Amino acid sequence: MSSTTAGVLFLGSLVLALVLTHRPLGDYMYRVYSGTRHTRVERWIYRLVGVRPDADQRWGVYARAVLAFSVVGVLFLYGFQRLQNRLLLSLGMDPVKPDQAWNTAVSFVTNTNWQSYSGESTMGHLVQMTGLAVQNFVSAAVGMAVAVALMRGFARRRTEGLGNFWVDLVRGTLRILLPIAFLGAVALVAGGVVQNLQDPADHTVTTVTGGSQTLPGGPVASQEAIKELGTNGGGFFNANSAHPFENPTSWTNWLEMLLILLIPFALTRTFGRMVRQPRQGYAIAAVMGLLALVSVALTMTLQAVHHGTVPTAVGAAAEGTEARFGVLDSAVFAAVTTLTSTGAVDSFHDSYTSLGGMMTMLNMLLGEVAPGGVGSGLYGMLVLAVITVFVAGLMVGRTPEYLGKKIGAREIKLASLYFLVMPALVLAGTGAAAATGHGRAGMLNSGPHGLSEVLYAFTSASNNNGSAFAGLTVNTVWYDTALGLCMAVGRFLPIVFVLALAGSLARQGHTPESDGTLPTHRPQFVGMVAGVTVVLVALTFLPVLALGPLAEGVH
Amino acid sequence: MSLQTRAARTPARTPSPGGRPGGARRGLLGPGVLAAALPDALRKLDPRTLWRNPVMLIVEVGAAWSTVLASARPSWFGWLAVGWLWLTVVFANLAEAVAEGRGRAQAETLRRAKRDMVARRLTGWRPGGPDPREETVPAPELRQGDHVVVEAGETVPADGDVVEGIASVDESAITGESAPVIRESGGDRSAVTGGTRVLSDRIVVEVTQRPGESFIDRMISLVEGSNRQRTPNEIALNILLAALTIIFVLAVATLQPMAIYSMGADPGVPGGLALDSGGITGIVLVSLLVCLIPTTIGALLSAIGIAGMDRLVQRNVLAMSGRAVEAAGDVDTLLLDKTGTITLGDRQAAAFLPLGGVAERELADAAQLASLADETPEGRSVVVLAKRLHGLRERTPGELDGAEWVPFTARTRMSGVDLPGRRLRKGAASAVAAWARERGGDVPPGLGRAVEEISSSGGTPLVVGESGPAGTRVLGVIHLKDVVKQGMAERFAEMRAMGIRTVMITGDNPLTAKAIADEAGVDDFLAEATPEDKLALIKREQEGGRLVAMTGDGTNDAPALAQADVGVAMNTGTSAAKEAGNMVDLDSDPTKLIEIVGIGKQLLITRGALTTFSIANDIAKYFAIIPALFLTLFPGLDTLNVMRLHSPQSAILSAVVFNALVIVALIPLALRGVRYRPGGASALLSRNLAVYGLGGIVAPFIGIKLIDLFIQFLPGMS
Repeated sequence: MSSTTAGVLFLGSLVLALVLTHRPLGDYMYRVYSGTRHTRVERWIYRLVGVRPDADQRWGVYARAVLAFSVVGVLFLYGFQRLQNRLLLSLGMDPVKPDQAWNTAVSFVTNTNWQSYSGESTMGHLVQMTGLAVQNFVSAAVGMAVAVALMRGFARRRTEGLGNFWVDLVRGTLRILLPIAFLGAVALVAGGVVQNLQDPADHTVTTVTGGSQTLPGGPVASQEAIKELGTNGGGFFNANSAHPFENPTSWTNWLEMLLILLIPFALTRTFGRMVRQPRQGYAIAAVMGLLALVSVALTMTLQAVHHGTVPTAVGAAAEGTEARFGVLDSAVFAAVTTLTSTGAVDSFHDSYTSLGGMMTMLNMLLGEVAPGGVGSGLYGMLVLAVITVFVAGLMVGRTPEYLGKKIGAREIKLASLYFLVMPALVLAGTGAAAATGHGRAGMLNSGPHGLSEVLYAFTSASNNNGSAFAGLTVNTVWYDTALGLCMAVGRFLPIVFVLALAGSLARQGHTPESDGTLPTHRPQFVGMVAGVTVVLVALTFLPVLALGPLAEGVH
Repeated sequence: MSLQTRAARTPARTPSPGGRPGGARRGLLGPGVLAAALPDALRKLDPRTLWRNPVMLIVEVGAAWSTVLASARPSWFGWLAVGWLWLTVVFANLAEAVAEGRGRAQAETLRRAKRDMVARRLTGWRPGGPDPREETVPAPELRQGDHVVVEAGETVPADGDVVEGIASVDESAITGESAPVIRESGGDRSAVTGGTRVLSDRIVVEVTQRPGESFIDRMISLVEGSNRQRTPNEIALNILLAALTIIFVLAVATLQPMAIYSMGADPGVPGGLALDSGGITGIVLVSLLVCLIPTTIGALLSAIGIAGMDRLVQRNVLAMSGRAVEAAGDVDTLLLDKTGTITLGDRQAAAFLPLGGVAERELADAAQLASLADETPEGRSVVVLAKRLHGLRERTPGELDGAEWVPFTARTRMSGVDLPGRRLRKGAASAVAAWARERGGDVPPGLGRAVEEISSSGGTPLVVGESGPAGTRVLGVIHLKDVVKQGMAERFAEMRAMGIRTVMITGDNPLTAKAIADEAGVDDFLAEATPEDKLALIKREQEGGRLVAMTGDGTNDAPALAQADVGVAMNTGTSAAKEAGNMVDLDSDPTKLIEIVGIGKQLLITRGALTTFSIANDIAKYFAIIPALFLTLFPGLDTLNVMRLHSPQSAILSAVVFNALVIVALIPLALRGVRYRPGGASALLSRNLAVYGLGGIVAPFIGIKLIDLFIQFLPGMS
């Protein structure tokens, strides 16, 4: 089997698995978020935290709950890292220094999982398990909760209530993420991922050449599963999914990608069920799928076909990829993770061909919507759909409406604010880094590639992706602080706007559909949303890209 | 009077809502119009005026800054770019000025009608009371509730209701229609408008307007577009445009430090026109920004709104707010009065049904004779039908010797003619049957059934009887029915395709109503409708989230007009109705509602189409400017120069020139509105996407290339 056939089969089977899981998982999530009954464990949690699970929250209350929960998460995680030397299972690690601890705390709470540290040499097992891994679960559940609140905004009529954040959070964690992550972890262990509580000092082996090497282990599989499922991406080890203990074989590589894409795609089904028009969910899934497939195909092509001397000799751009995955599967992994706000990498994007590397940036610059992170991808895409409906709706001669909700000044204001945040952060951050000595100091390369490294870092942080281009030295006070701010603002400001939008939609009544209404489930609309995403979002960055990857890649 | 010519140019019953045949295109954008609007366009450069349009304000600030830069370091390229940046702002102002200018001439005419009016005010006037005291006061001094007397040849000094007398009034100053109309006290034709002229008789008018708020005042401010309020949808679009502008400002502003960094990283590269060690030169940076922000739609947005109102004015409809025009595009349900809108106002003879062995021709002949002197439309229609079906020549009453005409009275409920030896009667079934029996004739047994059938099908039966030497007998029945106006069924089918439900409102019984509703092809009907029923129907529709439009003229329509999202009052109607609605149709043509919906849709479509066009344009502009910017630094970027533009200078200037010219090129489209054909949303979108989306991507590639071919010969372009 040629490598191209293998690559296509790999991708095809992945798509098939997603198609098969889409409906049952989407329906299951719909039942989870619409059910009225609480399990005993859940009731016990609500009592412990002191919330009334049946109280419907207005958007402001919902947003405050999200923010409060996240602030507490950041403080807790910061304290945890600073005090880790006094806690159990610290493996003798020192406290994490303040700017790095802040950066890491924000990174995990915002579902970014940007890592300016090296896992195996910085974090003890306790911090990894009860600090970082817990945030892997709840930060994903927060994203899903916000998406569900927006779905309710579309589905409900003349109400202030968007549901209850605490209920959505707890159910998402306990009923969706935990069971799937458990199954995923077991499968990964079967594939060879390690799962132990060993002190790395006890695990020294003699290598083939006779030297001695310390092999760090740890509770990897349990963390690896949620790392992918929650589109987090914070690796247990510095090498992330390129590390053989995190991702040993080609089929674990496949499984990790499936876990990444599982929920973001299935949520579109949940959305369709919520608004009582499954075809609307399929349309959104189609936009995501279309953009994703084009992007994956382009990344694969750009990685396979390159006119450099070495790539021509070996047949593709093999530098920075793991031989057990190969160039094409690595390209798919790179595209999938950058499209989903997952920070995981199984190859090094810095070593990609300049245009292949640009694709990973473009994927993120789309706003992480194809299909995007758990929850965040769906609400990001719905905001783009709202903007598309506004322009397209005018062209059919009516005040634009989406799913029976009128898109008026307030809705457009919130959608516009949402969609301003990310470009503002990326551009301001990259500009500031290019202008200041602190920013320039971190670059490994000079010229366009150096700029690409910085652009990638700010793109990754502002979009809550978390993957790194590598090459840039980010463990400095300047980068830790700046990227930490980008992650926090890039996550929570849009969430507030989305919830405000949901509130504004829920307050409206419902405009019945007629032949004069813009149909939002046809290929026509799918194409328009994809077009708006590419033209409005990606093109904004063309001037910057021209100075970075384009300058390198176009000859 | 210019309003009159305007009305003559524009037939009131224009069939298609979108494409106006003739008229409007003439003088839309001739050089004369542009020249006239130029002073206004220059006056609008004042930033205090321009701040309402953030997109153009940014262009102006950029142009001003570029002027400073060009003065500091003069170059051919610099001054050319500065010139075209300023032109971009001027062109945008021009669009608005042209749109406003079209209304100004009309306003001037209206003002003339208003000027120097005096009123003969009556103090102590009471209905039937003693002669009141009369004094002459200037019209602006009139207050609500004052009474004025107006006699033949005088001008009505203020809006009001006739409370005494009847007069024929020339309303051409307002409606452009020169045929006089009758205004009388009481009833639904009591409203008179200030500025109109009484042609005959004498009326007493009770003033209903507050000073300065007359119909003419409102009309003036409407056609002038002064204190135009931005509509909800316009506000929403402005927000989106502002957001896009902010993004591009950020993109361009942050490009500077990156460019400086990139230049610094490669010190060997010599500084060029666009880029030197100090970064991108200011003028080039401004040019990039101006090309990327949505200037096309930003420049034309207010002109589109003004022109939308203007299109209504040209159809003799006054919208009291732009909001109402927009709402018209959103209408889901149209309530249409049966009479006058769906059917011709009067019933028409449709068939002759002979009874008891009488030949149809004989019945037709008798019916025609009985109707010769009947000047009502029903009577005329009988004469015409007999002629059409049986070739019976219409006889003039004079050629029948000894004929004695029997007019219709409410008591006899019959009319007819007494000829020597022969009497003919035509009228209500019971009346004619009674007349026949009285004279010893017999009533054929089939009469009851025939009458019943006609009634149940929604028609009106008229029975014809004859009394002659051979005795008295009933000849048969004439079937009168409501005739649905031609083309209405197609109009309603169009509306259905647009997703609009039509509901017929009628006072008829449900049976009759259903028959007409089926024939006309409306979706639903409301029979035996009272004003309360109408109001309840509107509320019911609105509760379901639908927008409702209706027309009305009577005082009892006022609550429903006020409740409807689009309420079009007839100008012939009462002041209460005019006050309650948010539009007034000066032609009093209920069918116009359908056109109003079309205009509302056209307004929104034009906005959406030009926004799409504006955004799609950016793609080509990127391809023109980006390679030009960084070519010296990264020669490989020349691959992106797909248009093979002459030089970086000519590439940047071509993009700026295209960006400015496209505004002027689209002014006619903004004023006229995008062509709109009623149809389903999906087809409409496909078409507009193809024209304005795809066209918006392709057009600038061609345009910029063509401009480049010319300006490469200008100095400073290499």
